[in-house]
Amino acid sequence: MYDFNYHRPASAADAAAARKAAADGVYLAGGMTLLPTLKQRLARSSDVVDLAATGLTGISRDGGAITIGAMSTHDSVATSSEVQSAIPALGILAGGIGDPQVRNRGTIGGSIANADPAADYPAAVLGLNATVHTDRRAIGADDFFTGMFETALGDGELITKVTFPVPAAAAYAKFANPASRYAIVGVMVAKTDGGIRVAVTGAAGNAFRATAMEQVLAGDFSAAVLDGISVDADYNSDIHASAEYRRHLVGVMAKRAVREIA
Amino acid sequence: MSEQITVTVNGDTVSARPAANTLLSAFLREELGLTGAHVGCDTSQCGACVVLVDGKSVKSCTMLARQADGASLTTIEGLAGDGGELHPMQEAFRDNHGLQCGFCTPGMVLSAVDLVSRNPDPSEGEVRRWLEGNICRCTGYHNIVKSIRAAAKVMRA
Ligand SMILES: Cc1cc2nc3c(=O)[nH]c(=O)nc-3n(C[C@H](O)[C@H](O)[C@H](O)COP(=O)(O)OP(=O)(O)OC[C@H]3O[C@@H](n4cnc5c(N)ncnc54)[C@H](O)[C@@H]3O)c2cc1C
Ligand code: FES
Ligand code: FES
Repeated sequence: MYDFNYHRPASAADAAAARKAAADGVYLAGGMTLLPTLKQRLARSSDVVDLAATGLTGISRDGGAITIGAMSTHDSVATSSEVQSAIPALGILAGGIGDPQVRNRGTIGGSIANADPAADYPAAVLGLNATVHTDRRAIGADDFFTGMFETALGDGELITKVTFPVPAAAAYAKFANPASRYAIVGVMVAKTDGGIRVAVTGAAGNAFRATAMEQVLAGDFSAAVLDGISVDADYNSDIHASAEYRRHLVGVMAKRAVREIA
Repeated sequence: MSEQITVTVNGDTVSARPAANTLLSAFLREELGLTGAHVGCDTSQCGACVVLVDGKSVKSCTMLARQADGASLTTIEGLAGDGGELHPMQEAFRDNHGLQCGFCTPGMVLSAVDLVSRNPDPSEGEVRRWLEGNICRCTGYHNIVKSIRAAAKVMRA
């Protein structure tokens, strides 16, 4: 790992300022993605701005929504009684990320900002129609994931919290890579105020909504209606799974999630 | 000059000035001489480097020493009692043949201590799922699972 200047600012505003002042700065959250990347010298930064002391933690429910601070670990989301009672599928999703040590450090903000095509949280953000709050604005789920490892975040824009409207029901089904537990395909199905949402992660460059499935489920919410529905996407093909296999898994995982709700 | 950090390591207060890019694993092993945290993969996969940070199991190869400022760390060296009596988890690994070469053992033991602190009576399935991030090339896990459940029983009593 190349050397860098390390900062640990005490507020979100100071973090944004430190990031802005740096020649080539990067935020550090749980470090579960960033540190391996720096260690392998796949990236290099002049300044690492640790968000640990910014106070961006805390999980709360107010009325119809659960708000999760960006620095909340996967473990804290998985074990939160607020999350478990309001959106159990979100707790299950967080508890299925990687392994306990990854969950003890990795954060929701880091996962969403990183936008790994195989990450779990993007399916929750998109499927539950969450809002991503930053130090500059609020970004709707449908506008957030823009490509492989790409998001709507601007340079130095800091995620502060994520708000999830509580759905009437939701379920997440994942076909995990047996080694890393990353999603080969993961599908979040939710009955929200705005209708049925089906969000897919792992399958393509970024998480996306399976609108063909949403439409038929709106008419008849049953696994059977998904038979024969093939979701078009620019499927990934790699050593873990072919494009064809991923396309097939989208159907299988969506049915599993629907069955769990129905 | 790097800034000073202060950490509690196995009950002792330690002040040091690790470079910004020093990993916690390197800090423990090379600066403090605590070589119980093993670096098996150095890629966040194997769990041999696991230590407890404020009671939670963490891969020390995937954390900067500077990130530990203010934290309380427990390494395998600090688990036994002051008189050298083994922690129930260590005792159970010995009694149940929970190790062969021993390379994965410090990480296994500390990961297991984290599990039992949350779940005093884990089922076999829960133990196996918890060990997702701890790889053992020798034992086939069977006796590790047995050790952890045996220790949990002792720790519940
Ligand atoms: C062994 C292993 C297994 C894993 N398995 C899974 C899995 O099954 N499913 C899964 O989804 N993920 C998995 N992960 C990834 C894990 O969830 C990471 O924690 C996550 O992707 C990144 O979160 P982090 O908090 O560690 O962020 P970091 O690594 O600290 O940061 C990641 C990126 O996000 C940026 N960033 C961080 N926080 C913010 C913020 N608040 N605002 C703006 N930018 C920010 C950083 O600058 C950096 O570019 C795994 C990781 C490992 C090492
Ligand atoms: S050495 Fe840290 S996980 Fe393998
Ligand atoms: S005992 Fe040898 S690696 Fe586990």
